[in-house]
Formats: sequence, C-alpha cells, structure tokens
Amino acid sequence: MTQTPLTKNITGKGIIDGESPTNLAGFEATGGYQAVRDLVGKMDPADLLQLIKDSNLRGRGGAGFPTGMKWSFVPAPDGRGHRYLIANADEMEPGTFKDRLIMENDPHQLVEGMVLSAYTISADIGYIFIRAEYHRAIAELRAAIEDAEQRGYLGDRIQGSDFSFHLHVHVSAGRYICGEETALLNSLEGKRATPRAKPPFPQVSGLWGRPTIVNNVETLCNISHIAREGADWFQDLGKGSDAGTKLFGASGRVKNPGCWELPMGTSIREILMDHAGGMQDGYQLKGFLPGGASTDFLTPDHLDLPMEYEAIQKAGSRMGTGTMIILDDRACPVGMIANLEKFFARESCGFCTPCREGLPWVRDLLDTIEAGGGKPEDLEILERQATFIGAMGNTHCAHAPGAIEPLSSGLKYFREDFEQHIHDGCCPYASKN
Amino acid sequence: MPTIIVDNQDVVVKDGDNLLQALLSHGYDLPYFCWHPAMGSVGACRQCAVVQYANEDDTRGRIVMSCMTSVVDNARFSLKTENATQFRKSVVENLMLNHPHDCPVCEEGGECHLQDMTIMTGHRDRSYEGQKTTYRNQYLGPFIGHEMNRCITCYRCVRYYQDYAGGHDLNAFGSRDRVFFGRAEPGVLENEFAGNLVEVCPTGVFTDKTFSKHYTRKWDLQSSPTVCQSCSLGCSTYTSERYGELRRVHNRYHHAVNGYFLCDRGRFGAQFVNSDKRLHQAGVRNNHGLYDAKQLNTAIDIARSMISNSASIKGIGSPRASLEANQALRDLVGAGNYANGMSATDQVLHNLLLDVLNSKVPTPSMIATEGFDAVIVLGEDVTNFAPRLALSLRQSTRNRAKELAADAQIPLWHDAAVRGIGQAERSPLMIVTPTEDRLDEVASHRIRLSPDEIARFGEDVSRAIAGAADVSELATEIAGLLKHANRPLVVAGTSLQHSGILQAAVNLASTLFDHNPAAGFFGCAAESNSIGVTLLDNALGMEDILDSKPDTLVVMENDLAPRLGHEFSSRLEGIKNLIVLDHLDNATISVSNLLLPAATFAEAEGTYVNNEGRAQRNFATFKPADTIRPSFELLDALRGATRHAGEIQQAISEQVPALAGILGAAPSEKFRIEGARVARMTHRASGRTAIHANISVHEPRVPVDEDGPMVYSMEGNHADAPSAVRAYSWAPGWNSNQSNHKFQQEVGGADRSGDSGVLLLTGTETLSPGEVNLSNKRLVAEAHIYGTDELSNSAGEISQRVTTPYIRMHTSTAKSLGVETGDGVACEINGAPLEFAVLVDSNYSSTSLGYPLIPATALLRQLDDIELSRLENWTAPKAPGASVITTDRSQ
Repeated sequence: MTQTPLTKNITGKGIIDGESPTNLAGFEATGGYQAVRDLVGKMDPADLLQLIKDSNLRGRGGAGFPTGMKWSFVPAPDGRGHRYLIANADEMEPGTFKDRLIMENDPHQLVEGMVLSAYTISADIGYIFIRAEYHRAIAELRAAIEDAEQRGYLGDRIQGSDFSFHLHVHVSAGRYICGEETALLNSLEGKRATPRAKPPFPQVSGLWGRPTIVNNVETLCNISHIAREGADWFQDLGKGSDAGTKLFGASGRVKNPGCWELPMGTSIREILMDHAGGMQDGYQLKGFLPGGASTDFLTPDHLDLPMEYEAIQKAGSRMGTGTMIILDDRACPVGMIANLEKFFARESCGFCTPCREGLPWVRDLLDTIEAGGGKPEDLEILERQATFIGAMGNTHCAHAPGAIEPLSSGLKYFREDFEQHIHDGCCPYASKN
Repeated sequence: MPTIIVDNQDVVVKDGDNLLQALLSHGYDLPYFCWHPAMGSVGACRQCAVVQYANEDDTRGRIVMSCMTSVVDNARFSLKTENATQFRKSVVENLMLNHPHDCPVCEEGGECHLQDMTIMTGHRDRSYEGQKTTYRNQYLGPFIGHEMNRCITCYRCVRYYQDYAGGHDLNAFGSRDRVFFGRAEPGVLENEFAGNLVEVCPTGVFTDKTFSKHYTRKWDLQSSPTVCQSCSLGCSTYTSERYGELRRVHNRYHHAVNGYFLCDRGRFGAQFVNSDKRLHQAGVRNNHGLYDAKQLNTAIDIARSMISNSASIKGIGSPRASLEANQALRDLVGAGNYANGMSATDQVLHNLLLDVLNSKVPTPSMIATEGFDAVIVLGEDVTNFAPRLALSLRQSTRNRAKELAADAQIPLWHDAAVRGIGQAERSPLMIVTPTEDRLDEVASHRIRLSPDEIARFGEDVSRAIAGAADVSELATEIAGLLKHANRPLVVAGTSLQHSGILQAAVNLASTLFDHNPAAGFFGCAAESNSIGVTLLDNALGMEDILDSKPDTLVVMENDLAPRLGHEFSSRLEGIKNLIVLDHLDNATISVSNLLLPAATFAEAEGTYVNNEGRAQRNFATFKPADTIRPSFELLDALRGATRHAGEIQQAISEQVPALAGILGAAPSEKFRIEGARVARMTHRASGRTAIHANISVHEPRVPVDEDGPMVYSMEGNHADAPSAVRAYSWAPGWNSNQSNHKFQQEVGGADRSGDSGVLLLTGTETLSPGEVNLSNKRLVAEAHIYGTDELSNSAGEISQRVTTPYIRMHTSTAKSLGVETGDGVACEINGAPLEFAVLVDSNYSSTSLGYPLIPATALLRQLDDIELSRLENWTAPKAPGASVITTDRSQ
C-alpha cells in the first residue's frame, strides 16, 4: 500500500510497464476503477458513506469540512428529479496549483472518485466545473470521460448495476468567485456568479434547486483510495490529528518551488526546508501565507507547526489549500498585500456592500501607501475596513473575509513596514531589489 | 408567536417573519436598502445588521443581517450595541464612496431613502479621497429617467423588474464595483410595470420623467389620496400638484387592492390632466360652428334657457365619472331620462359581473388573487385591459415554489432561495385568449382560440368538472387542475365584449365553487366606475336615450364616438341642444352646442366602485383653474341647486340601497382631527402664503374645500389622518414612500386605521348557470395598455407608446388577401377609407380579424365584420414614439 495514493501514478511509483496513467489501460493497470468494478451496485451506498465518515476525510478546497458529514446532509432520493455531484476544479486561488497537477496527469483518478462519490449520494449527473485556463486538464478530462464511458465506468447502468451517472466537463467563463460553491452553481445555471445565502445548503437546494454536492478535486480523488483501502489505512496516512495525505506546495523565492503529496501534519519547516529546498541564497524568510492568497500571514516563528487544520487555525491562519506563498525579506509586504487586494477587489462579484466597495478602497489605500503617498490616518481606515470586512457573516460570502486576511495579518506582523512607507514617503524595499 | 429579546426588551413577533420585518412592524427604526416588503430578502446591502447573542451569557455576540435572520423564541439581539451601530455606519460610508454629492440637484432629494438611512446610521464625515465611479446613462423611454452615477448597487431594480414583474430588458451588467443596471442598449423599457422602479429604487437612479419636466420637491407638493382612473381595478394613488398643474402620481399602499405597485398607465396616464386638449372655458357654439368662450355664469344661464325651452331633457352619464357626478345628472334629468353611458353590450356584461358580486361565489381582492394556486383566464388580455392584475396573477404562479420552499424549510422571505428551489416550477395559470399574452411566459397553458371558441371551451371545462366525458383532452386536463387546486380562480372580463365568454366564466366559477368553497371569480369591469354606475342606474341604455331624440341631451364626461362607432353621427342627429361636460376636447364636444369644462379626478371629489364592488373616495388634489368646476357642481347649477359632494353621497345612499355603504368609504366633510382638517400640503411646504407674490403681496386666502375634510394648506393635521384621507406617506426619519410601514399594522399588512374604501356587496345569492350565447362576430377588439383608456391617451408620454392601427389576421386570411405583415389594408366606413397595417399571426383564429382598441379605430367598435382590400405601395406610418426615441438617444 502506497503512502502517496494521490500522486503515485504521477510520480511513477505506481506505474506498471511504463504505461501513462492518462491512458485508461495504464490507469486500470495501477488498480484504477477496481473500486468501481467491485463496489458499484454491490456495496450499500450507506456503507460507503459510513466508510467515508470513518476515514475522517476533510475537504481539500480550503474550508476543511468533513466530507462524510457534508454528504450525509443530502436528503434521501425523492424521485422528483436529478441529483448532482460537482467537482470544483475552478482552481483560481493565487499560489495554488495542486488540482491542476492531478487533472493534467491522472484524470481518471478524478473520474473514478466522482463515480464512487455519486454512487454514495445517489447523484445521476456530474459536472467538473473547471477553470478555462486549464486547457490541458480540460482535454485530458474529456478524453478520460469518453474512455470511461466506453468501458462502462460512466453512463447508463454502470458495470451492469442499476446506477447511472453522466459526467460533463463545464469550462468556466472565468471568475475567481465561481470557486465559491454556490456562485459556481449560479454560474452553471447560466446566472450571474453571485454566491447564494446559506441555508439552504446545496445538499437541499443546489443546482437547479436539486440536491447537490460540490467537492474539491483533491477531495474527490481520495474517495477511490479510501473505498479500496479502508478508513483505518487512510487515517494512518496522517501524522497527527488529520487523516490522509495532502498536496502541499510552495511558491516564492525558495530553491525548489513545487507541489508534493505529504502526510497531513507534516511540519511547515519540513515542507519548506526539505521539499522546497529552503530560501534562495541571499533571501531570508519574512513570512508566508500557509494556504493560498486568502489566508493570514504566518512568520518564521510558526515554522514548526504541523500543517493541520486546527493547528494552523490556532496560530491565527488557515491551512486553506495547503499551498504556501513565501514572503522574503527583500520583497515589500505592502506591495505584496496591495497586489493581492487588487486581485480580490477585481474578483468581487459586486453583490454585497462591504466587499464591493470596501476592497477597492483598501486596494487604493495600499497602492497609495506603496507609492509613498500614504497618511497615518490611512492605517486607521485599513484597520476599520479589515475589522468590518473580516468577520464571517458581515459579508454575503467568504470572499471578502478571506481577501482581507493577508491585510489584517500583515498589519499585525509588518506594521513597521507600513509606517515606514508613510514616514519615508516611498517604498523602503525599492532599493533592495 | 415567538418572543425575542431586543436590547433587553421582550418583543412578541410573528412566526415566519424575518427579524427586520418583525422589528419594523414593532416600530423600530432599522436602516435597510435591498429588502423590500413585497420582494423579501437577499442580504445584498448588509445595512440592516444587528448583533445576535448565542445566549444570556454571551456578551460579544456576532453581527447578523436582520433581513436574513429568522425570528425564533428567546433569540437575543441588540440594535444599539457599538459593534452593530459602527458596522451599519461603515456600510453607509462604503455606499457613499461612489455616490455623488448631488442631492441639491437630484430629484430624489427630500424623499430619498438613501438620505434617510444615512442620517439614521449617523454617518457624516467622509474619509474617502479617491475618484468616484461614473457611468453613461441610457435613454429608457418616455417614462423613466436614468442617472446611474447615483446607484448604490442594492439590486432592488433588477429584482423587481426581472423577478417580480417578469421584465427582460433591465439587467445587472459587469461585476465588482462596476455593476451597471440598465438595458443592453438604450431603448424603451418594455415592461408595463417599469414605473415602479421610480419608487423601488432607494435613491435617484430611476426617476419619473413625467415628473421631471415640471419637478417639485416632495415637501412642496400638494397631494391627496386619489383612486386611479385608468381601469376598473381602482388602485390607490397619491396625486400631487403645484401651481395648478398635476405633477405626479405615486403608489398609495392599499393592503387589499394594489399593495406597493401600480401599472404604467395608472402612474403616467394621469398627466392627461395637464393636456393641451384640456377644456378651460365654457363655450357656446356660434352660427359659424365655432365656440364662443363664455363666463361660466353666462354659459349656465344659456344652458338653463335651453333646458327650460325644451320639451324633453335627457342625460347620458359615464362609467368613468364619479357616482356624485352621475347622480347629479340623474337628479337634473330625472331617473327615467338617465342612462349611465355604457353601450348595450357593456350593460349586459356588467349586470352579469354584478350577479357574481351579489352571489356566494367569492370575488377576491386583487392582492388576494396572489394566493390562488390555479388560475384560468378566459378571454381577457389582463396585462392590456386590467394591467395591475397581471402583476398579481404573475405572483400567483409562485405558489408552487413557495410550497417546495416550505417543504425544504426555507422561509418564504428568503427570496433567492425560494426562487432557487422553485426554478421553473409554477402553479398552473391557464391563459385562454385570442392572441399572445404577456403572461404566456409564466402560464402552464397558452390556448389560442376565437372568442366564440373561448366561450365553448369554458363550457367544456365546466362540464368536465361536472364529470362529462365527451369533452376534449385539454378541457379535461384543465378541469382536473382546477378541481384539484386548493384555491382555483376564474378570471374574465368585458374587453372582448362577449357575453358568452363572461357567462361561461361565471358558470365555471359557480361549478368550481360547488366543489370547493375556496374557489373564486375575478371579473374585470370596463372603466373606473362601471360597477358603480351599474349599481346606480342601469335601467336605460344610451341607445334608448338617443333614439328618443330629446330636445336637450346632456352628456357628461363621456365621449360617445368610440362607444357608438360608425353610428356616432347618425345616432346624434336630430338632437337640438347637445350640452357636453368634459375634461378634454373630443368628438362629442365637436358636435355639441354648449360645453362646460368639467374638473378631473384631480380637481373634484368623487366616489368610484371598483371591479370587486369596493367603493373608494377620491379627494380633489387642487382647486380647478378658470371656469373648470366639478361636474356635479355644474349639473346642480343647471337646475339652480348647490350641493357639496357629501350631500350628494347622502342622497345616493338614501336612494340606492346597494350604494348605501358609500358613506363609509371615507370620513365625511365634517371629519376633524383635534379640531383640524387634514392638510394636503406637507409640514414644510414652502411658499403657500407667497405663491402669488408676483401678482399680489397679500397672502392669498386658503381655498375652501366644502366637499371633503381636507384643506388646501399645510395648516392642518398631518400625522394621524386615517388612510382614506392621508395625503402622502411620510413619517419622522422616513421621508420616502419607504415610510409605508409606519402606517401599517404590520409590515405588508392592513393600514392601522383600516384599509380605505368599503366593500359594498356581500354576496348571498346562489348563482345559477346561464346560457352561453355565441356572437359570430369576425371583428375582435384587442385592448392595449396604452391606447384603450380614453383619458390617459391624452397624456403626452402615453400617447408616444400607442400602437399604429393594425389588423391582425391568420396566415390563411392574409394569403387570401395577398398580404404579409407590414403591408397595408383598407376598409371603407361611412364612405371614408380606413387604413391599417397588416399583422399576420399564425396562432390567430382564421375566423377572426383583430384590431386595437385605440382612438384611431373608434369607427370599428360596433361592427361585426369589415371587408378588407390590399393597399398598393403602402408604407406604414411611423409610430408616434419613434422620432422621439431617436432624438433622445443622441443625448
């Protein structure tokens, strides 16, 4: 049993006779679709759900919600219409590139995971909602779906059972907010990509008002492995309190930026020093966003924390997507935050006031400070906006609270940098590069 | 009834309410933008934030949006805690980043919800120093102005226009801080209820163009509660005036009739009061056929001598005039010499409507129709004939979505979620009409039949309900839907002038009622007071009066030309003295011997009975100018009498038992609040005492209102007036119409003083099915929201949207005539040619020819058929609105 189920085919560890996992035969040769053949129509979906619950799998898209529990909120089939399973492949979080790795190199892994997941929740239609820029992944997934249909892993009466599941690739028109699961649903319905107010949750009223589950690609990819190897095996993969492995990544001025499948609970130091190779020569670590752009900064003091949902949360941030963005000592934190807020302000859907109006104001203030035109009062406005935008529930969805995390933590950890910009009337880092 | 704790006070609230609604119902002032009492919550603006505490020990709490929070027993909230007040302040601060500082030149100023909410939150100092976002405005048609820079992106406009009213051409474009609300390209907003945007928008993005052209601040308007004149539904309106000109019409909330919304004909059509065609002077026709203007007294003297020298005097009243005016005419000519001015067909139709009102079969109020879960419309193009009803029937189709939502435990105020789970599922709405219909898009059944076929189809459905097997599958299916509904409703009316359809509809309602006492019938009468004059006196027909060739005929507020069609001239021949009282120049006036300028609804008190038998009092907004007087005053003068409106109301209630209740429609002229009359002007009306300072430095006398309890002044009671005499909706801190809830028993509920008006008919009779007669008419009239109503046609903005004359025909008819859509056809009437554009409609009956009910087709009204011939080299006349649209667009 492999310790890196998600990437074994990609890294070559599971490949037999040099077959490519993107090819159906190659994928099958590594044990692919074994679970579909063995379980669909044979295992009670309720037992499969219990297995997922027991595995303690948590969502890999950023929020870390227990997957089994999420699925258990789907009401029993009422015979009134379709039920949907959606893979959220709209990977647009700055600094995050983990799902892409799987979809481009091992597309059947997602397809197989979706078939088993759909079987568990009795969904009959699936969508892979994928970011338009992922050309190669789109092509690979479409080919994989076609192959899987031909082999009876998808479509009507899968493997001779009563279970039918049709899977479609939907290419997003391209908005970050479409990664928010309910905005994704509105977008799929052809409406403005505005998030919905929850409750009702998609499990009750999702796509076209029907029961729907939206899961991250990486989450869904875990399902076939859990189904095949069991909950205990999956639990044991994790080092600490969280189960399984996770795709971790690092970008910024490290020697070896990349993405690696590691046990849950691997320490940040290990990811940064052993896998990313440490900082590039001449650069010191100043801080990092542990799980993508919409998480709070952590500092070198936090290097020994394990990458686990609770541990990172306790430190004041979120594990998010597990892909770290590194801030070095020669990059301007104000400039970095300004750049991030520019992104988030641009990607606001424009529905609720604090996000629509507040983020552009924050962006403008940060640009002004970075350009040397800031005033001491500007920091008060930034603090005020961060407070009001930052709390979940103050805004319509999680976009603005996430967007403001690098700012509020930046104001906490790098306050002198802000003050120096204002005092000097210029960016003190300009000369350092 | 859950009890919640608000700032340590127990508040008993209504189950199923959201917190915002509950708090407003209890008189709390809590700011909001995106929530609307008729449209529910979406949580966009984040303005109504409060702090919710988990329990007694929780001292921090968390911010929640009150509009998105259900009220549950023992839930604890604070409005006053610092966190909540600061957050609300910051929301307004954010909204103000891009809002221009143009209040002094903005039409919303003084009744702006954004101004009110800004003050309420306490936001004052601005820290934002960046640039404000700007947009290009669009031409949206003759009714509505557009000033996008003022937008605060609350999404109310699109939610109202698309979700509530079913419009397609107003959208939210773009995203982030660049959301644009408008059309894909400039052009007329096509929805018939677009005018409500003016009131739905919390600030000055959408404004009333008919008001803009002679704009006055709300506080300088003199207003009164009025009853819309443009159809039989009797929507409540506020009509406002300054300097002797009608300035605008606003919605007047009525819990049962029109709720929060009006149709565009009602809102903009009242501008006819200012029309160039308005008659200001009494006149007598001289030997040259022209009119000599006369002093009012002189004209009345001449008229009196005409009358005294006549062997016979008869009168034709009007279904668009008040009961008081009709009664005064009846008193002048005597009961046996009065006709109420409806055509013989209309008399039959309205008697039938009255039979239903007098029966046990319930007639719901318009708002109540929204609660019916299966509706069949027989014959009536509701959007074009009784427009406001279409908005309510559209809501009735949402009952299915509400059921699904309730099953999924989604609260009904959660608008997006209810629509989300409902998707395209709708309660059945079955439209059985000759032509396509705006409601088709939400209808379960769109059935196109000729009028005779509609009547037969209605009968088939009745028979299918009764169990007959020899009816079509379709009729059986519809019968099943109606039979199995919790509350089925039959809608029909008079626009097709087909008694068979109406009788079939009545029979159907009565059959349904026998099965299910919750069934209802909603009849659309013809005009604002058709039911009223039917109750008053429906004995003689106007044809009887005309055929008796009286020496003197008094025609009051009634243009006989469209009613008599091609017979107009011949029927009026041989009448020696024709005395006409009316507001606007028309064909009847052009053949009169003496004319007296009559006050409109905006200048005269009057009682009108709407389609459901609700008597409602309309109060004059301002004193009429020149020699214009209320018809009842002029008619009384013709017999040397003087009565104020109240005395006539008294006389009616004594003489006509069915109308005895009208005295209860509104407080009488003796009504006072703490000794004071009710003020028509606002507390801060400026300039009343100096309004004529350019003429005289002396303070003008306050005109006396003998008819009603209101006063033409700001000196009087403002706050405590009961709904029937309330001049405007305005409460401390709530300067806009959003103040409605301050006058309601609960949000969206009845008025605290009771709803204005009184239902006259409480039906007890058993309705027996009548025989359904077919008409065999080939010509079929088509009502048009713009064009069919006589008075609103003279409102400039409405006239821009009246269709050109056309003849609708089936493909086969067109083929036999050798014409296509856009070609011209003609027929000859009274020796003169009449031209029409051809409209080929493959869904139209091959046995019918359709024509629009507009002034240009008046000659067709009484005809059963016409002979058409193709016009060679014909080019369609340009629609009157077209040129205006092109010029305006370039702005």
